Amino acid sequence: MLFMTQNILKNFVRPKATRAYPFVVREPFENFRGELVNDMDKCIFCSMCAKKCPSQCITVDRTTGTWDCDPYACVYCSVCVDSCPVNSLSMKNQHRKPAVVKEPLLLKGTPPQPKKKTGARAKASGSETPPADRTAPGGDDTPKAE
Amino acid sequence: MARTIIPFGPQHPVLPEPVHLKLVVEDEIVKEAVPALGYVHRGLEKLVQIRDYHQMIQIVERVCGICSCIHAKAYCQGIETLMGVEVPDRGRFLRVIWGELHRVHSHLLWLGLFADAFGFESVFQQFWKVREKIMDMMEATAGNRVIISVNVVGGTRYDLSPEQLRWILEGLVEVEQGVKALQKTMLEDYTVKARTVGVGVLTREQALELGAAGPTLRGSGVAQDMRQLGYSAYSDLDFEPVVETGGDSYSRSTVRFREVLQSIDLVRQAIARLPEGDTRVPVKGNPEGEVVVRVEQPRGELLYYIKANGTKFLDRCRIRTPTFANVPPLLAMVGGLELADVPVVVLSIDPCISCTER
Repeated sequence: MLFMTQNILKNFVRPKATRAYPFVVREPFENFRGELVNDMDKCIFCSMCAKKCPSQCITVDRTTGTWDCDPYACVYCSVCVDSCPVNSLSMKNQHRKPAVVKEPLLLKGTPPQPKKKTGARAKASGSETPPADRTAPGGDDTPKAE
Repeated sequence: MARTIIPFGPQHPVLPEPVHLKLVVEDEIVKEAVPALGYVHRGLEKLVQIRDYHQMIQIVERVCGICSCIHAKAYCQGIETLMGVEVPDRGRFLRVIWGELHRVHSHLLWLGLFADAFGFESVFQQFWKVREKIMDMMEATAGNRVIISVNVVGGTRYDLSPEQLRWILEGLVEVEQGVKALQKTMLEDYTVKARTVGVGVLTREQALELGAAGPTLRGSGVAQDMRQLGYSAYSDLDFEPVVETGGDSYSRSTVRFREVLQSIDLVRQAIARLPEGDTRVPVKGNPEGEVVVRVEQPRGELLYYIKANGTKFLDRCRIRTPTFANVPPLLAMVGGLELADVPVVVLSIDPCISCTER
């Protein structure tokens, strides 16, 4: 009988199990996945994160140079962070602040310009003969090439 | 008094998730129960057709929050079997550590809810206080409290450093003390026993006939635990399935209580025998063929049937969860009960409706 009394009495002298939250905040753990951040200086707009994302919350537009993430669809699994080839994505260990309006995370950057390569190829192809326009629409279908 | 139908659920204070039972009562004695499921069906199995097999890991984790790690483990094991991938030893042991931590937190959650079901609020809060330490362990080691997302095809995504292992072991001492401090209250208290002993009896024969799973089955005296199959690193660890022979709500809660201590012991064993090396192997290609995987979830046997066709999309992923198996035994238990005992008995099978309906 009265087995719980012992626990109750101990609880009087133990420190509290809860904390007065908005005033006392626990330090977040180092590895906690709180918020997805993208370093747009490093991002190469390869779309690998968008392809791997299980909740498909990331949209990458290479032409306009935008990287768009819907933080309310994100499941914070960090698969994108693992798959990023240039390590531009990372997880902050602080969770997002509560919001009144659901705004997507829209970041802008400058996509790497493949101008030099195409310029070189154009020069090379210009000096020789045809394939310049063949590479654009149906570059994959091999057999018909001249 | 004539027969009356009393609806139980889908929203009921004792139910964390929606399930509906039509209770046919006569003089407050339940004569029959008719279940109605489908309130949280999300069609997750259908997603195999539009998400590749790697992305499905995060989706199967969301079949059930409480046992997310074990869902992902079962799924990954299936894909690994199809692709002939051998998980490194360290990866196998780490899966056991996180899996057992999940079992501890699931059982502590249930023990709290069960205490709440018979109105013992202080025990409820006390169990959840103890559970918080396990949640911290998962958050610190895997980055999230519940859906920890550690499993990948080929092993585990994260490793545990020696400091983290030491910290887990220290924390487990605290958890064990906290759980043991509540042992007498949960298992010997007069009021608790009055509400649970002899209530909702499922005999051994009934349990086998109706296909009960997990602690519901073990509480009826059948020593069946899928971990005995030796998947992950369970073949390298010593344990015996926890069995109670009463078959009532008390036996089922005792099984879960003892399993908390057993899981703590398994984590300690796994940490003590944790080999060095990689946690995962790289995986290339796509799975092909059919496989059935059985693992032990906190609620019982979890079965995955996976059919792959050699592309990155699977043909079929069928998930059979333990609560689905435990619904027919529940209906058998409820018959003949007093109406006031129904919430306690419904909770005694640890119903996970999100799992059941996927």
